[in-house]
Amino acid sequence: MAPGDERTSLPAYAERLAWLEAQDAVPPQEARVRRLAVRFWAALWPKVLAIAIVLAVWEVIHASGWKKLIFPGPGGTLANLWDQLRTGLLWHAIGTTAERAVIGFGLAVLIGAVIGGLVSRIAPLRAAVGSLITGLQTMPSIAWFPFAIILFGITTTAILFVIVMGAAPSIANGLIAGVDYTPPLLLRAGKMMGLRGLSLYRYLILPASLPAFVAGLRQGWAFAWRSLMAGELLVIIANQPSLGVLLSTDQDQADMQSATAIIIVILLLGILVHTLFSTADRSIRRRWGLAGTE
Amino acid sequence: MTVTDRAASVVGGSVQLTRVSKVFGRGGTAVRALDQISLEVPPGEFTCLIGASGCGKSTLLSLVAGLEQSTSGTVSVSGRVAIMFQEPALFPWLTAAGNVELALRARGIGRADRRPQAAELLDTVHLSGFGGKRPHELSGGMRQRVALARALAQDADVLLMDEPFGALDAMTRDLLHDELDRVRAGRQLTILFVTHNVREAVRLGDRVVVLSSRPGRVVDEFAVPIERPRRIDSAPVAELAAKITDRLREEMSHGAR
Repeated sequence: MAPGDERTSLPAYAERLAWLEAQDAVPPQEARVRRLAVRFWAALWPKVLAIAIVLAVWEVIHASGWKKLIFPGPGGTLANLWDQLRTGLLWHAIGTTAERAVIGFGLAVLIGAVIGGLVSRIAPLRAAVGSLITGLQTMPSIAWFPFAIILFGITTTAILFVIVMGAAPSIANGLIAGVDYTPPLLLRAGKMMGLRGLSLYRYLILPASLPAFVAGLRQGWAFAWRSLMAGELLVIIANQPSLGVLLSTDQDQADMQSATAIIIVILLLGILVHTLFSTADRSIRRRWGLAGTE
Repeated sequence: MTVTDRAASVVGGSVQLTRVSKVFGRGGTAVRALDQISLEVPPGEFTCLIGASGCGKSTLLSLVAGLEQSTSGTVSVSGRVAIMFQEPALFPWLTAAGNVELALRARGIGRADRRPQAAELLDTVHLSGFGGKRPHELSGGMRQRVALARALAQDADVLLMDEPFGALDAMTRDLLHDELDRVRAGRQLTILFVTHNVREAVRLGDRVVVLSSRPGRVVDEFAVPIERPRRIDSAPVAELAAKITDRLREEMSHGAR
């Protein structure tokens, strides 16, 4: 082949280019797995490092002999946690607590959404109870316990009541804010399209308020979880092991290792649920183009 | 008062304003946005409204759209009305096709027909293949195309356009002018187009109506006898635009006095 041929024959050039690219290309499936692994590791290592530092500092304090008789080291505590995880009691307790969390938060979502929906639609109702909802939101829910215990006795209902009182106002306010901040331009566009009444709500106002509603859910969850923990420490129901009951027993028996182990469990559960909410929040933001796609 | 007569949509929509005034607020702080405006847009005509900012152009469109009520005078519109704003105002939780389909749904089109019709409308604005994209994944020009497809999905006889290409770069705006010409060619569409860009008005309109500022009044109007297809940079367009600009300047210097 003459040297000039290479330049003039375009098809041959394109073929060669395609061949070269094929050499570089990784099968798409493999590339995806690799990308996922890289992202996973990038998210993982700072956490691993942070945990290692916390454990190290903890161990140093323990080794320094500060409150030697009562302050447990990480080794003993983690061993205690491992032992408890192998017995049925801790799992039973986690089950009870999780069940209360799900039922209480579920009720709060239901009640909060109904109240938020009504208040956002009906102006006199908003004038009447709008500031009351905000007031309830700032009220420490632990203050409700005497009221709840007198009303319902030492029962699960008392705990659920306080969870709802703690979480529902945030959820209602999230929905109200979402409805209020539906962009006026979108409302005009929707009305011109012929969306009216219920369909305006269903196809425009509710989807538009989703991000604010999810923010309300997230805040509501934080309140629900705090109310639940306070409730389980205050309302101790016999023969119903919960995380609160285990903590309370540890306090009575001055079992610091076990108490610390339970605190770690509570912390991990909190992080787990927070991650679920963050994922939901992020996926909405990504769909709407409110956040850069990483 | 706004009179809307949907039965007349068979012959194409029209707009008629008779001595329409709009005052915002009351007493000493009242602002007269529009003063005794009379304007008629016959079926199928492309009318451009031009004026400096504050001349009440957007208010006028809102009155025609029925989004606001006039203080006095009569606004009568025959046929369905759709509106396009400077921002595309697409719903961010829906895809491009979803946005168009929602307009079809609001019109009562059945589920089975919505998808093919939306695809056809997106094809009309040269966006076939982009139906699955969300608004934030599209460029500014593409978003305005989706907004145009959505307006067409409303099967409007009267299309109100409130500086719809004002936020786009010159190249994209040029393309969308061609697009609008093409879309209009196949339909009996009456358009009322608000802009402050004189050349754009001459490039697009059959007629250019000049409004004064504060309060808005019709001060002059120009027929655009230039043959289509037009180009925004052609000599006849530039010539007429210069004439209108002179008139507009004269009007603004009155206002400043």
